Amino acid sequence: MGIIELLISLLIFLVFVRTVAPDVVTTFVMTPGGIDIGTIGDWILPSRLTLIILGVLCLLISIFQLIKGFGRGTNGMVGLCALLLIFGFLTWQASDRSLNLAGMLTSAVLLAVPITLGAFSGLISERAGVINIAIEGMMLMASMVGALIGSITQNAWVGLLGAIGAAVLLALIHAVLSIKYKINQVISGTVINIFSAGMTAFISQKFLQTNQALNRPPLFPRVPIPGLAHIPVVGPILFNTNMFVYLMFAFLIILQVALFSTRWGLRHRAVGEHPKAADTLGINVIRTRYTAVLLSGIVAGVAGAFFTLGSVGRFDEGITAGKGFIGLAAMIFGNWNPIGSLGAGLLFGFADAIGSKLSLLGSKIPAQFMAMAPYLITMIVLAGFIGRGQAPAADGEPYDKE
Amino acid sequence: MDQDIQNKPEKNPDQPEEVLKDQEKHKGNFWSKISIPLLAIVTGLLIGAILIAATSPAVYDAFGESFWSGIKTAFSEIFISYKALFTGSIGDPVRIFNAIASGEKQAIYEAINPFLESLVQATPYIFAGLAVALGFRAGLFNIGVEGQLFIGAACATFVGYAVKGLPWIIHMPLAFIAGGLGGALWGFIAGFLKAKTGAHEVINTIMLNWIAFRLTEWLLSGPMTRPGSGGMPISPIIEESAQIPQFFPSPVRFHLGFFIALAFAWLIWWILFKTKWGLNMRTVGTNPRAAKYAGLNVNTTTMIGMALSGALAGLAGSIQILAVNRSMALGLSSGYGFDSIALALIGNNHPLGVVLSSILFGTLRNGATRMMVVSKIPIDIVSVIQAIILMFVAAPAIIRALYRLRKPKQEETTVFVSGWGGGQ
Repeated sequence: MGIIELLISLLIFLVFVRTVAPDVVTTFVMTPGGIDIGTIGDWILPSRLTLIILGVLCLLISIFQLIKGFGRGTNGMVGLCALLLIFGFLTWQASDRSLNLAGMLTSAVLLAVPITLGAFSGLISERAGVINIAIEGMMLMASMVGALIGSITQNAWVGLLGAIGAAVLLALIHAVLSIKYKINQVISGTVINIFSAGMTAFISQKFLQTNQALNRPPLFPRVPIPGLAHIPVVGPILFNTNMFVYLMFAFLIILQVALFSTRWGLRHRAVGEHPKAADTLGINVIRTRYTAVLLSGIVAGVAGAFFTLGSVGRFDEGITAGKGFIGLAAMIFGNWNPIGSLGAGLLFGFADAIGSKLSLLGSKIPAQFMAMAPYLITMIVLAGFIGRGQAPAADGEPYDKE
Repeated sequence: MDQDIQNKPEKNPDQPEEVLKDQEKHKGNFWSKISIPLLAIVTGLLIGAILIAATSPAVYDAFGESFWSGIKTAFSEIFISYKALFTGSIGDPVRIFNAIASGEKQAIYEAINPFLESLVQATPYIFAGLAVALGFRAGLFNIGVEGQLFIGAACATFVGYAVKGLPWIIHMPLAFIAGGLGGALWGFIAGFLKAKTGAHEVINTIMLNWIAFRLTEWLLSGPMTRPGSGGMPISPIIEESAQIPQFFPSPVRFHLGFFIALAFAWLIWWILFKTKWGLNMRTVGTNPRAAKYAGLNVNTTTMIGMALSGALAGLAGSIQILAVNRSMALGLSSGYGFDSIALALIGNNHPLGVVLSSILFGTLRNGATRMMVVSKIPIDIVSVIQAIILMFVAAPAIIRALYRLRKPKQEETTVFVSGWGGGQ
């Protein structure tokens, strides 16, 4: 890992610092568009000096990593270096220009929502030992059903409920196939993914496209939280935004507490780690796993609803664009922990946001390459972290009660 | 790797031959092997029929009148749709009979064209299905067929139009193989990452899919764009010397590629079941731990298996470009990636099974095009039916319960690994 950090600092020095003109400034606009509370002035930074500072920081981290190591904090420090790299990259790309950093962060947080919720969904089920690669399919189905029901009732809340219902139904199929019939959980997930892709496209073509009124769900409005929304920078980004962002944080707290500080969580994790021992202690393994997969479906349903009810406002085929799978990668990167998953989700969301913002900025890098960033980062992260992570020991193993 | 094999102790209980004997034992009789997929297909089509009736507004209108007319309308809707499916994929018997009676060659070709077109559709499926099946046999789950196919198609297209002045006998195979190499590279990345870092190929191949889409999008609108296309992401048309010939005059598209696909199916069967190397690969696939004890190099097999699987997927792209499309556009694939998983599993990961299930799904998809025209049923119904069939094939217990079949003495062994592979 120290090597990666070293490479990052070298990249900053050799590419960014060298190609930036000495007296140029980078302007970061710190207020997202359309928001009038919690505003502050723009940040104007000397590009070169900023880059040098960032490079030195990375270098120090890498040296410390190589000599002493950060132990449990290793993933976090690599994440920090990645953030510094991204910040440096932005400073470099926006030198002599201005960039709405706050707007970018806002969209990063929004883009992180489905990924993080996907990761939460995955970790709930995997902590109990059921691999759930069907999250993508559940999200897709949920977003379609959310749009459909939301449009019919013209009520976003009912749409959300419908979305959750659809995802839970698919989760139930996954649970029955993988727990009762003990078929390979990856295949069972694939069945659901194929089914959802086909079914959503079928219904979309048959109904949503021929009757546009069925694809015009109401959006959840932006809800400023009183008081908190007035904090500069953080306020507009985190506390004056979509309901789904608040839900994401709510899930984070609930999951963190439930999994690690309650008896329910202990039992849940025991089933994922050592189902036989858990069974001996009187925990109902099968029931725990069913609960886990169904809960996972609820979260995936919320994640799916975000697309049609929280951000886009209509359903398009393949709207989830692999976010469910990226969510799984975020879960692995986050070491099957809610907090880690959130961090990884934010990182991926950020990578996504950069891509769309930079093409607006007139960057020389083709937009398609920017769009590859989240996928590339996912692969790098997986390659770097999988061996280190602690997957639940019985993840993917069907349980046979003798 | 060869040395490793020679070093293994004689009469080791974990020897590949011993491990696989179990599998060979319950080859069973033909019927017990084929009954589950067959019943799964029938059930899938039944559920598809229910879906057709349940999403038809006409049926609901008729139910409003009376129960009986509702039922009648539902059956007639299903009948019309499935009839279109049949005539669109096999041919209209009356028309074929008339054409033969008239004795006109072109009329006969066009009358049997639906059937030939089904084989055209089946051709890339065979390659893609073989790709997944080979992966499964080696214990790898290749969800990345779609991306490998795109990269393969891009490579084949490039060689197809950029290389000029070669005779057909050299140019066509060259372009074909280029596609295979492109796919092999794309598959190898995932295999390499799995072997070296333990990163699960399921996620990596999916990520590589998205990267491949973006990459080809960029290639087709940038370096490989057709001059004068005005920014449309489409490649130049390939040279005539790179094309795989079609047998009959247009509109019949039936081409040599179908037989190339059959040849490859035979080749894969031969590699898997008749060579030592294939045996090793299957051993790693069934029981990596035993394979390790037997002195096989699991990592090398993983990398080669993934590359070979990718190569087959790339060839699926090659064949589609060189024989049918003749230039590359973004809408190249109709979801071969996920379809191929269903194909491999329904075909029991056996090359012959893959060929049969590919022809079945080629037929279904081809007929579904006609069904879309006749009764406005979106073609994606094929994916839904596919998912249902796949579910039943993967969970034979459901089919057995539905049709009151007896359980076989020995449960089939699942071929591949679970978990995220971190503990390897």
